[in-house]
Amino acid sequence: METPLTQNIRPDREPLDLTGYERAGGYQALRKALTDLSPQQVMDEVSASNLRGRGGAGFPTGKKWSFVPRGEDAPARKYLVVNADEMEPGTFKDRLLLEGDPHQMIEAMIVSAYAIGADTGYLFMRGEYTLAEQRLQRAIDEAREKGYLGANILDSGFSLEIYVHTSAGRYLCGEETALLNALEGKRAIPRHKPPFPQVSGLWGRPTVVNNVETLCNVQHIINCGADWFKRLAATEGGGGTKLYGASGRVRNPGCWELPLGTPLRAIIEEHAGGLLDGYHFRSCLPGGASTGFLTAEHLDLAMDYEAIGAAGSRLGTGCVTVIDDRVCMVALMHNLEHFFAQESCGWCTPCRDGLPWTKRLLGAIEAGKGEPRDLELLEMHCQFLGPGKTFCAHAPGAMMPLETALMHFREDFERHIEEQRCPWRDAAGRSAA
Amino acid sequence: MLDPKDIEAIRAEARHYEDPKAVGVDAMKLAQKRQGWIDDDTLHQLAELLGMSATELEGLATFYNLIYRQPVGRHVIHVCDSVSCWVCDYDALREALKRRLGIDFGETTKDGRFTLLPIVCLGACDRAPTLLVDGDLHGPVTDADGIDQILQRYE
Ligand SMILES: Cc1cc2nc3c(=O)[nH]c(=O)nc-3n(C[C@H](O)[C@H](O)[C@H](O)COP(=O)(O)O)c2cc1C
Ligand code: SF4
Ligand code: FES
Repeated sequence: METPLTQNIRPDREPLDLTGYERAGGYQALRKALTDLSPQQVMDEVSASNLRGRGGAGFPTGKKWSFVPRGEDAPARKYLVVNADEMEPGTFKDRLLLEGDPHQMIEAMIVSAYAIGADTGYLFMRGEYTLAEQRLQRAIDEAREKGYLGANILDSGFSLEIYVHTSAGRYLCGEETALLNALEGKRAIPRHKPPFPQVSGLWGRPTVVNNVETLCNVQHIINCGADWFKRLAATEGGGGTKLYGASGRVRNPGCWELPLGTPLRAIIEEHAGGLLDGYHFRSCLPGGASTGFLTAEHLDLAMDYEAIGAAGSRLGTGCVTVIDDRVCMVALMHNLEHFFAQESCGWCTPCRDGLPWTKRLLGAIEAGKGEPRDLELLEMHCQFLGPGKTFCAHAPGAMMPLETALMHFREDFERHIEEQRCPWRDAAGRSAA
Repeated sequence: MLDPKDIEAIRAEARHYEDPKAVGVDAMKLAQKRQGWIDDDTLHQLAELLGMSATELEGLATFYNLIYRQPVGRHVIHVCDSVSCWVCDYDALREALKRRLGIDFGETTKDGRFTLLPIVCLGACDRAPTLLVDGDLHGPVTDADGIDQILQRYE
């Protein structure tokens, strides 16, 4: 099984420096792209590869790039921005790539910037990733020293500077237009679309925002070709590998690079080693807090965009939070809505007012003070805060777990309300777990 | 008061962007590293340096989890309260920490050593439950012994 993204990553050692990375075959794609290929050819290869965004929305990467204005009349200045904000609860895959193989990230940025014609790249990194920041900064310095960054790289006429921009912790900075505002030094509130960032992004200039993992695929596609990339996937129509993770009460929590479309069961049972003794699988969030709950009947689904989408959820980030039978779903939902309410940017009313309301309702139900009407109110929120009703995808993301929890675990909610207590806690109020 | 070295570093950083305002968060983080938190004087000085109003910078300061607009202890402990840590006995960790430090979230120990704050998912859910002390990640932190071993490293 090929694992291009993690081939250089060993948990027990420092990441490769520039020499080591080159010895392992690194910066070959950069040479190939800048000396043999036109930007259009790089873009065409990426389009043909079926690469889709790994940041959560799954948008085809080549298509995203194709909206950037090109040719004589296009603005001279363009930007490439890497979304390394990784704050989706349950997600820990980009950290692995950033800390584990920083030069891979830098090469990915150079080749991608060449394709879209950007002369500046920013790595927008969450403030807590201090180790990743140091390692990326070192890699940038090495690459500049070697002439892979700066003016006229390898005599190609192409120039690029890359800067690390560290944030200070706020989930909404990960939303791509909010991220652009954050980079400009404004509050991270989303922007209206259209215009799309590819046309008018950072300081009004054409800008492409891509996730860390998405971009790290690019040089491998250039090295080995779109057909090779498509064959990496386990399912028809897919492309590439995927970093899958598992956390929760499993034996061996971790993150693994596997063919895109690996069955959910294989991730949980083989790679994560199944649940800890005494615990049983009840549900999972397949790709972060803003994805819908899946249950045991979904375990044999392929973890790809289509199959998980068809099951009423989303692949999201591919990092699975496993939920065992001793977890109270109402309390878990309360935890999730606490997060979403707190991280709302407050710009639009349904989200600003609706999320704290759902959090309060869930808190009351969990505390044994729920009323039958509360379930209708929660369902109403799923409608009013759903896709298309709010300024950005934050609120719909908050509703997806709620709506699917009400669908799959309605009994849990009803029992809380009927018994006026949490059936998962003992008389002293302790969780039964 | 801003340190001249920091002013120089902020100016250098600002050259990486079309607009110096872009370094607002960075500038606050630099000042905070030296003095622990952002007081009103520092906020005004930074705003002037970056060519923005103090209100604008305040809007940024209050937006972010890692910018402190109130005094904090010598070390800040951020405990992850997001879903994967919550599933892995976050409640127990929270209670043990509160007991050990004798404070609640948002408070600082009397000796000024630790401030305790919640934080969202630290991107290390495979090590749940996790916490961050002064930017260092720790996890899994499962019992009082584990907590003590970590705390003793921060005087
Ligand atoms: C509230 C919110 C938070 C997001 N956080 C992240 C994030 O931390 N990292 C990320 O890559 N994408 C995040 N996204 C998705 C981005 O908006 C965007 O779709 C993605 O960066 C595009 O990159 P891709 O096409 O390579 O996936 C978030 C979206 C929303 C609505
Ligand atoms: S949906 Fe929420 S996070 Fe998005 S713009 Fe509206 S208030 Fe802000
Ligand atoms: S949920 Fe705590 S580190 Fe991710």
